[in-house]
Amino acid sequence: MEAFAKLLELLYFTNSKLTKTAVIHDYLRNTPDPDRGWAIAAIAGTLKFDMFKRALIKKLILERVDETLFALSYDYVGEMSETVAHLWPNSADKTAIQLPSLSEVVEHFQQAKKADVEHYLVELLDNMTPAQRWALVKLGTRGLRVGVSARLLKRILAEYGNTNIDEIEALWHGLEPPYLDLLGWLEGKEEKPDVSQRVTFNPVMLAHPLDEEKLQGHQADYINLCDWQTEWKYDGIRVQLVSTPNGKALFSRTGDDISHSFPDLLAKIDFEAVLDGELLVIRDGQIGSFNQLQQRLNKKKPSKKLQAETPVGIVVYDALNINGESVTAQPLQQRRALLEQWYADLNVESLLLSSVLSPTDIADLTALRQQATDTQHNAVEGLMLKRLDSTYVSGRPANQWLKWKRDPMQLDAVMMYAQRGSGKRSSFYSDYTFGVWDDGQLVPIGKAYSGFTDAELKELDRWVRRNTIARFGPVKEVKKALVLEVAFDSAHHSNRHKSGIALRFPRIHRIRWDKPANEADILATVKKLIPDQA
Amino acid sequence: MGCSRSRDNLLQFISSVLNTQHPRDWIETRPQGLYCRPAGCFIDPHKPVARAIITHGHADHARPGNQWVVATPATLDIMQLRYAEQAWQDHVALAYAQPLCLNPEAVEAEQVTLTFQPAGHILGSAQALLEYAGSRLVISGDYKRRHDPTCEAFEVTPCDVFITEATFGLPVFKHPPIDQEIEKLLESMRVFPDRCHLVGVYALGKCQRVILALRELGYDEPIFMHGALIKMCELYQSHGIELGSLIAVNDVKDKRSLAGKIVLAPPSALNDRWSRKLPNVRTAMASGWMQIRARSKQRNAELPLVISDHCDWPELLQTLTDVNAPDVWVTHGREEALVYQATNMGFRAQALSLLGYEEEDD
Repeated sequence: MEAFAKLLELLYFTNSKLTKTAVIHDYLRNTPDPDRGWAIAAIAGTLKFDMFKRALIKKLILERVDETLFALSYDYVGEMSETVAHLWPNSADKTAIQLPSLSEVVEHFQQAKKADVEHYLVELLDNMTPAQRWALVKLGTRGLRVGVSARLLKRILAEYGNTNIDEIEALWHGLEPPYLDLLGWLEGKEEKPDVSQRVTFNPVMLAHPLDEEKLQGHQADYINLCDWQTEWKYDGIRVQLVSTPNGKALFSRTGDDISHSFPDLLAKIDFEAVLDGELLVIRDGQIGSFNQLQQRLNKKKPSKKLQAETPVGIVVYDALNINGESVTAQPLQQRRALLEQWYADLNVESLLLSSVLSPTDIADLTALRQQATDTQHNAVEGLMLKRLDSTYVSGRPANQWLKWKRDPMQLDAVMMYAQRGSGKRSSFYSDYTFGVWDDGQLVPIGKAYSGFTDAELKELDRWVRRNTIARFGPVKEVKKALVLEVAFDSAHHSNRHKSGIALRFPRIHRIRWDKPANEADILATVKKLIPDQA
Repeated sequence: MGCSRSRDNLLQFISSVLNTQHPRDWIETRPQGLYCRPAGCFIDPHKPVARAIITHGHADHARPGNQWVVATPATLDIMQLRYAEQAWQDHVALAYAQPLCLNPEAVEAEQVTLTFQPAGHILGSAQALLEYAGSRLVISGDYKRRHDPTCEAFEVTPCDVFITEATFGLPVFKHPPIDQEIEKLLESMRVFPDRCHLVGVYALGKCQRVILALRELGYDEPIFMHGALIKMCELYQSHGIELGSLIAVNDVKDKRSLAGKIVLAPPSALNDRWSRKLPNVRTAMASGWMQIRARSKQRNAELPLVISDHCDWPELLQTLTDVNAPDVWVTHGREEALVYQATNMGFRAQALSLLGYEEEDD
């Protein structure tokens, strides 16, 4: 456990990828199995279970620290694990007790009964330094972020084993912690693990944003439409449907298995294929809005009622495997032909085939993108352009797939409340609740915490501190004087908000230091932006 | 401490008999800062005033442009170095433990006496004891209780009202021993012998304390300095504080020779163009704020060194107990938690809202 905490400490405070790589290689070389495999899992976020719950941590700390002081500390630190790490009382005699190894800790929690979890956790925390406590709480609640993404970790592992990152990617989702087979293979001691019989996720192909400047004139040859396939960009959840004779599963874009949330969809699948598409609400062949889809997301066990009310389906736009044959090496034009052929024989009403659009020229293409904002297309958020000769590769290859999202909507709102951020922004007032005018009163309509530069954040933070008029716990109410130009993807009805409106992905587009607050938008204007419900 | 109510009554009774006045009757907060009415004096004002008592030389306490200034000799030297002819129009140097009447023209009953007591914060730092009409008020300024060879140790001074800072006034703040933090730096030097260790330090106080802590742990190689730190180190040396061999980075011809050396620079220079000329830099930052991870990240410090010239939470509480003033006024920092805790400990505590102090200066 000591070595693991030290590893995290080094990674957390190191910015350069080169140093991070060196630190991890050093750890892998000097740490025994299965500890190092568990460390990989913790960093890559592939641990399958919480060792203990946040609620337990909170209960334990409140048994030891005054509630008010805890609340004030938490507000300042901005993060539970670190607050607990510092507040936990140091035990009286810490005569260099050796902590159990990482794998002992993981395995102990894995097998522990509920009552034992608490006892074991307290014993560990009592004997740890603040940095070790932080590592344990992060590990146990699976909230570890040390500036090493899963992708970077795979690259580091590839370098460790002198192999290619694609090899690691292809294996990754078929392997499980503590990765003895993977590490054995990387060190040349074992055969390459065989994952062909497992139902696994294949890393998806991603798009770059289309460069509008290049398109609109200066570089006429940027897009030659006859080389590209144009489709709607759907506004749902990117998924990969894997169905093999060994089983079937639905994965998110990042490889999380989300099958349990969509049993209704998987029950209808009885073919052999790996499909790439967008998960949407599809009822009687009609696509529903993102707002409807939202009710299905993050539901671990959706009720029968919910499944019946908001049935989901997939708009399929690509295939990685058809009838057991991998097609990733074929160009898109071929894959599309095979997909259409296969789809023609299919009779699953939850699966729609993404239509191919045929713009004749750039003006036509631009007009199509404009149409994407029409309210009829409430599940469309722009256009996708894919090179007809592109093979299916994981990652984000240059100039193969392009996305062209419609322009965001905008409104001028007034800052009403501010809260401190967390993580890197703790202690900065970086979360802003904003509102618009209704009958001479400001009503809050959303919260934004992005879109500004670090320099602007400092200015906003200073403004908040100087213009605070009241405090409600961690929330500061500010003078109603600062206009924020807020950009957002769409507006929806909401029963949860007093204003009756919910904005999707609001962010600060511009800070209008110059604009008087009474010139901000009114609620009626914002309500007009809500599309008619289909 | 459980009987504060009856003690209040007793105090009121005594003061009515002796005709004494409580400091709340003769101290007030004004836009310029804390003001002692009978003496016509501000304490650490943040706007230019006619008469100012300055507790120590940090820029958020000692500002330029005041007409008349009273401070310890070292604080005056620091102000002179920083502000030259803007430091003051007139000044009085007052050594520790020497009483000074601030308004000798007044009748004896109306006279206010100022005495400085060491605050243990930085060279020359003082607590200001004000005595008037039979009551005693101590303004701590910034202070700490840890060992610090660059300044005189904090002196516990009995009083009726103790005004304390609360820079680190939350129970999450527990500063580790300085040796342990400096040892982290030395260990990093062993692990990365080819890297130039650039340590961010505030020019006044932190810089010299880090140097002395390195020397106490036996590091006797030359320490390399950003130009902005040199004058202040010379000032410390002129006050008899030995810092060992210091070399300006500008005087080093071949910057590659700084590999494996320690370079000190003000925090603003850490991620500045200036540091690009140093070879294979490993960035450290010495500050009490480094205990909080996000703060270290904001500073881009790869090696956070938790070294503070303020009290941590246990020291703040210990000081309240040691000074044992019935009234505690809490200023700049996280007042809320300290007021809450002091009240629980049986003191009459309140926040004293003073604007203009920089929370970052540590």
